[in-house]
Amino acid sequence: MTLDMEALTPRAMTDPAAIPALATRPIVEVKSVSKTYAGGIEALSGISLDFPEGRLTTLLGPSGCGKTTLLKIIAGLIPASGGQVFVDGREVKGPGPERAFVFQDFALMPWASVIRNVAFGLELRGVAHGEREAIAERQIARVGLKGFERKYPHELSGGMRQRVGLARALAVDAKVVLMDEPFSAVDEQTRRKFQEELLELVANEGKSFIFVTHSIEEAVYVSDRIALLSRRPSRVSAIIEPKIVRGGDPEKIRRNSAYLDVVEDIWQQLKHYLD
Amino acid sequence: MQISNLSTALPTRPAPATSDWRDVLIHPLVLRLLSFAAVLALWEYAGRIPLSPAFPTFLETMGGLGAIIADGTLSKAFLITLYPLVIGLAVSVLLGVGLGVLMGLHEPSEWLIAPLFIIAQAAPLAALIPILTFAYGIGLTAKIMTVCIMAMPVIVLNTLGAVRNTPKSLLEMSRSFLASRSQGIRLVILPAASPMIFAGLRLGCAAAFIGVILAELLITPTGIGDVISYNQSVADYPKMYAAILAIIVFAVLFIELLERIEVTLFRPESRA
Amino acid sequence: MVISGVRLPMMTSLIVWAVIWEIAGHTEAGFILPPLSRIIWRVFEIVPTASFLDALLITGRAFLFGNAIAIGIGVPLGILMGRSVIADRLLLPWVNLFLSAPLSALVPVIMVLFGLGETTIILTVVLFSMWIIVLNTRAGIRAISPSLVEMARSFGANAWQAFSRIYLWAALPEILAGIRLGMIRAVKGVIIGQLLVSVVGFGTLFEIYQSHFLMEHFWALLLVLFSFAFTLNELLAGLERRFAYYAASR
Repeated sequence: MTLDMEALTPRAMTDPAAIPALATRPIVEVKSVSKTYAGGIEALSGISLDFPEGRLTTLLGPSGCGKTTLLKIIAGLIPASGGQVFVDGREVKGPGPERAFVFQDFALMPWASVIRNVAFGLELRGVAHGEREAIAERQIARVGLKGFERKYPHELSGGMRQRVGLARALAVDAKVVLMDEPFSAVDEQTRRKFQEELLELVANEGKSFIFVTHSIEEAVYVSDRIALLSRRPSRVSAIIEPKIVRGGDPEKIRRNSAYLDVVEDIWQQLKHYLD
Repeated sequence: MQISNLSTALPTRPAPATSDWRDVLIHPLVLRLLSFAAVLALWEYAGRIPLSPAFPTFLETMGGLGAIIADGTLSKAFLITLYPLVIGLAVSVLLGVGLGVLMGLHEPSEWLIAPLFIIAQAAPLAALIPILTFAYGIGLTAKIMTVCIMAMPVIVLNTLGAVRNTPKSLLEMSRSFLASRSQGIRLVILPAASPMIFAGLRLGCAAAFIGVILAELLITPTGIGDVISYNQSVADYPKMYAAILAIIVFAVLFIELLERIEVTLFRPESRA
Repeated sequence: MVISGVRLPMMTSLIVWAVIWEIAGHTEAGFILPPLSRIIWRVFEIVPTASFLDALLITGRAFLFGNAIAIGIGVPLGILMGRSVIADRLLLPWVNLFLSAPLSALVPVIMVLFGLGETTIILTVVLFSMWIIVLNTRAGIRAISPSLVEMARSFGANAWQAFSRIYLWAALPEILAGIRLGMIRAVKGVIIGQLLVSVVGFGTLFEIYQSHFLMEHFWALLLVLFSFAFTLNELLAGLERRFAYYAASR
């Protein structure tokens, strides 16, 4: 079931070419993936889903519905009990250089400086010291932390730490960036800022993003496509493509009535599972 | 509601209290000196009562200390005592950390070896000293072995715990960036475990001091143990107490030094 | 560890070591390390003897008295230090000093002052176990959340009620941990004391066995003591666990 939205724009824009078409090829394909944990807990039940290239797709659903599980299976950190995942045409058998992960609790090495943390993926690949520091510095500036290269994680706020995590994921130049509730551990103002910056990244980096969140507003705000997951054992219950024209005032979008309608509609669908 | 005049709207902060003699008295450094002085005064008093014929006053003990420093007894004794201590500690650290890391990474090793050290930690290992004497004689080897059996359990178990308790999140992160097993050990597990390993070293050091002194009192008196035993037998209590004080102060300062190093290296956030 | 699908609990490797011990005992090393079977035989032989039970009585008494004194002084001292900043600043350096100092060096002092009897052993036990009890109690008191205290006062609790109903329970997990660690040190202390004062309790037995090269008896005694120490630790750890359920959520 697909919901098509009218174009939302602060200025009256009716040119359909302005609406991004999502008929791009899928960069990640999930085919009938199931996951059962030891002890018989069935987290995912035959999920099939496609993630379009160059876009941001969100996995949205109630707590414990398996969205992080699916994300980690795509990342290759957990094996699936059944089914297959293909990234760029190749089957997933473990972590790989074409995918990068951003962790909910940042997963920074507390004994290493910011620049060393950001360069970690490159260090593991054997990239030379000078080169990886240069790449790391670029990414650190990209996420707005210029000047903090020699600081340590405990000297940074939560929001800054997550920027380091993001810079680290960008530094390895992966095709697919996987983000596991990346903004849930920061405060509300920082979170909103992050959402706006994420939109800019998606538009400019040429990478594909898979995003997990339990916030409906966040999902509708940043996503090109939303996959609603049902409660455990999860299946895809709906796919929604909120067609929002970016480039206007970010604040206006949050008050636009059509945006709010999509949010309300998703909320009604989710409530159905919570009752 | 408009707040037009902010300065009257906010509650006024009380003016900071001027510091008086009471605040000076509670200052940590002052109290530490006070308690130090109080204990020394108590010691002096107790020695003068006298609490016991075998209890010299503080000043008498200082006199004894001066005497054994002056005639070189103390420095010679320290060297003799520290020799098995340092060697034993070095062996314990190398072997202990090595075993701990092995057990942390290789579960069958942990299954096989850990129970030995778990029992060793709760057991009174000092009781093994006579057996060591029996096996290795009354020489240097027995003393080194004593230091080792006292220091190793805590070092091994701390290292094991540190490696096992590497945050899962960091391990997952390194896997997601394709770290090989040896990269994971070298770049994530060992650095993450270092603070706790070092803490184990510090505890091991304290145990090693106990070990070497016991070895000297039980196996054959040499070094400091000799100074203590000899002066005890000739009832020269000031010198006996002085030797005990010297080794205790040395051990405490050494361990304090290790703690400073630990804080500097590993816990920058707790440096004031 | 799992072998062909069967999960082996941790301590089962001791069976492997027991077998190794038995085999080693029959080699040349058997001079110092007799076979396990013969040692266990000796355990059954010496435990019912009068000298053993005598030693057990003396050592056990000294152990219990020493621990009682250590707890009796240590817990209140720890509470005092946890509540009063001045007391804390005055006393903490000394507590830390005694924790890191090689206490075995002080045993000769106790011997010289109190003679070669039971008193010395009791004082050695107190010396070894008190400081960790103080430190842990202090930590437990300091960890009490202020809102808990405020809550008690808001319902009108007086000082004694606050202490017995709130403080004691809130700090109990740490206090029990301190007592357990203190008892382990007390065991070490009582043995060290008796090795140095070799005319009391088990010290006498150790001395006799050692001088007559009765290795099997010596190991038998060691086995009994080690088992006791380990069992005591496990019992206390079990007690501690029963109170640990609320430790994390204070």
